[in-house]
Amino acid sequence: MSAQDQSEIFNGLKDTRSADGTDTRAIPAFVFGEELADLAENDPRIVVLTADLGRSNRALDFAARHPERFVNVGIAEKNMITMAAGMASCGYVPFAATFGSFAALLCAEQIRTDCAYPGLPVRVVGHHSGMSMGFYGTSHHSLEDLGMMRTIADLTVVCATDANHLRALLRLSLDHPGAMYLRLGRGRDPEVYDTLPDLVLGRATTLREGADLTIIATGSEVHPAMEAAELLAAQGIAARVVDMWTVSPLDREAVLDAASSTGAILTVEEGNVTGGLGSAVAEVLFESGARTPFRRHGVPDEHVPVGPPAALYAHYRLDAPGIAGVAQEHFY
Amino acid sequence: MPSSERQLRQLADRAKFVRTETVRLTRIAGAGHYSAVFSCAELFAVLYYSQLRVDPARPDWPERDRFVLSKGHAAIGLYPLLADLGYFDPSELDSYTRLGSPFGDHPDMKRIPGVDFSSGSLGHGLSVSAGMAMAARMSGSDYRTYCLLGDGELAEGQIWEAAMSASHFGLGNLVAIVDANQLGIDGFVRDVMAAEPIEQRFAAFGWQPHRVDGHDLGALLDVFAALPEPGGRQPQVVIADTVKGKGVARMELSPDWHVGNLAGADYDDVLAELGTEERV
Repeated sequence: MSAQDQSEIFNGLKDTRSADGTDTRAIPAFVFGEELADLAENDPRIVVLTADLGRSNRALDFAARHPERFVNVGIAEKNMITMAAGMASCGYVPFAATFGSFAALLCAEQIRTDCAYPGLPVRVVGHHSGMSMGFYGTSHHSLEDLGMMRTIADLTVVCATDANHLRALLRLSLDHPGAMYLRLGRGRDPEVYDTLPDLVLGRATTLREGADLTIIATGSEVHPAMEAAELLAAQGIAARVVDMWTVSPLDREAVLDAASSTGAILTVEEGNVTGGLGSAVAEVLFESGARTPFRRHGVPDEHVPVGPPAALYAHYRLDAPGIAGVAQEHFY
Repeated sequence: MPSSERQLRQLADRAKFVRTETVRLTRIAGAGHYSAVFSCAELFAVLYYSQLRVDPARPDWPERDRFVLSKGHAAIGLYPLLADLGYFDPSELDSYTRLGSPFGDHPDMKRIPGVDFSSGSLGHGLSVSAGMAMAARMSGSDYRTYCLLGDGELAEGQIWEAAMSASHFGLGNLVAIVDANQLGIDGFVRDVMAAEPIEQRFAAFGWQPHRVDGHDLGALLDVFAALPEPGGRQPQVVIADTVKGKGVARMELSPDWHVGNLAGADYDDVLAELGTEERV
């Protein structure tokens, strides 16, 4: 049984379809533990912490290879984040992982006051973010984390698009000064990057060109955005797709270029439209004076109901047909 | 080893220095946490002039003992000691609380040499300390981590997450100190949210408790000297029975002096009561 399957069975998430309905059982997207274990072979600063979710986030893969550098604090997320800060003050580069809701919402103060404010290199990893915990319901969903985290000064906020992208993000984080929030999905994201991309903070990745519309997406919504662009192309609408994995700092140039070079902008995120990626893009657009047609697409400011993840993505039109439909209805 | 008379006099002098400097510097701010500092003045003196393995010339020395002031609002009592020990020039303190000063009501690790962690939000310091103690274990270092907590602060749940983890991880290199000065802001701790029985609570969480008169310098020296080696597996807590506002009659155990302002004749009277004239 693969590590991915172990993770999913532990979480009780038997629905293996991704946001766009792809059967993802063959995709080893949850590489978090293995990748850090590889990097830790040559970097003695790396330590990994979790709050009794090592089976879910595969931190146990790291623990198996580097038991002396793994800390499981049990169900005590605040202690985890602040212990990580204490360790960072002593020269370690800690990765502290739990569900997005418990990372960003429960520990918002610890992240702000113990990590970001003193500029400590703690990497807070919020996994199974958005609505990816499905029928677990609101207590386990994090629709608010992008909005909350990006308002914290001196906190870098990034979203992982797929396995290779996550690998690149982890490498990028090793020498990044200051605190980071890494938002991960549930590891069922189909491949977008077939090799490790070269990442520069503050620089988004344009994955597809088009002049009619720009879809700015992040994390789990990048792959569906790409599929949506294909659907739109069949309708004669040429869409540019931008992977805005760097939410804070946001790539302002990419936004302004989309405004001047394409006919409209649609942001897509697995999160509340209030405060997250869409709001960040709107801030840049409106202050620039650009009046390009613009819409934020995500969860419309409500608590997400119970349901299997794939059904929820379809319900909120966050799958490829949904995104394409929203674009067509709103702009054309 | 019995502490010498000379050492006790020196420590008493440093405790008095903490109190008088707090009065002097708080006048710059116009208000401050006198009484919360006065209860731990002896503790500060013992830690910094007898206990901590530190080197003011190397504030980032990786092998140094760590000190986390979890009750961060007592920072005004710590700053003068750090200056006196040579971490920075005492004249820097003249900017206390002024716009852009490194010295605010709570300590800033990025801007003040000698401060091991930025505190202020109560309840975080023991977790910070557990992380530092864990780091010592991982790097094979024998430094100790000391964490000064308030008794009112013990109502913060995160402290108990940290306490639970410290014994689980066998952090015998972690020493918590509770400045049990009996008062919070809204009144006596026993009336607002009782912290007692503190020893039993820590013991139930797997710690080795010690209880001591927090103003008896000889007793403090003895309790620290009796601590097990940092290689041990049981975290240690020193519960210091203290008096909030100790040293100034109007402040001692008064619920009205958590934050106060001494000016004019009050300022002169209190300095005289503490037994010194103002240093110029």
